[in-house]
Amino acid sequence: MATAKAGATPATSVQKKTLTIALMDPPFETARNTTALRLIEIAVRRGHDVNVFAYEGAVGLPLKSQKQHANAVHGRELADENHPLPHLWIAALMKSAAAHGAKIDWINCGLCVDERGATDVIEGVRRGSPADFWAFANASDNTLVIPTR
Amino acid sequence: MKVLNIVETAYRATIEEQDDTVVWISHALKGAGADLGLLLSGAAVNYAVAQQDAAGLSFGGLEQTQPPRIPQDVGKLIGKGVAVYVVEDDLEERGIGPDGLIPGIERIKRAGLARLFGGYDQVWRW
Repeated sequence: MATAKAGATPATSVQKKTLTIALMDPPFETARNTTALRLIEIAVRRGHDVNVFAYEGAVGLPLKSQKQHANAVHGRELADENHPLPHLWIAALMKSAAAHGAKIDWINCGLCVDERGATDVIEGVRRGSPADFWAFANASDNTLVIPTR
Repeated sequence: MKVLNIVETAYRATIEEQDDTVVWISHALKGAGADLGLLLSGAAVNYAVAQQDAAGLSFGGLEQTQPPRIPQDVGKLIGKGVAVYVVEDDLEERGIGPDGLIPGIERIKRAGLARLFGGYDQVWRW
């Protein structure tokens, strides 16, 4: 154990953790996915690994065929509108994780993918099953389920 | 690791899915070796009612031949050794008596939930 100098604040080292998050909401429907991505960002910026199991509609989050659009109500063309796309956010989070010595392991539920034809996903997203989710949970310090309502 | 899955939102896309997605994933997790419990609360306590029938849906003559059979799916979980609980207060609020519930389900008072949760390592509220 390191010994702190008298009067100095003891140095604290944050132990690397692994978190698993299960998501169920499809993109563009609720704020729960935004909240989940905020939590993931905080975790990976602190060097923690995050596993994501995307169940049901959440398999649509990393679809790379999502496209930005202009918005006449806002009076903005496509570039100015810069509409948020979940797959770009997820890709950015994966890059951020790597830059902070962390990783995001994202698994899309395979049967949920088949139901929805949601196969065109970004690099780094894998196909899996609830057995992978169970393996994630067993290998993690904690697991958070964010269901749809 | 012992995990308690909680189902609260009832009949969520059950016609399209042909099942409840949380009951389904509980079967899959059990198959993967999970030590599981399942708690039915809120409107999902109706999953404990044995006699229900979602058959007969047809659009434009296209019939759904395999409707969801949720009480049977819950019963099969019990048969696999999963402890399934139903919140008694939620049953009473909906006028559902103890008769006609699927065999093997355990009724639990809302006041007893904290103790129940304490028996699990993690509680996943779907």
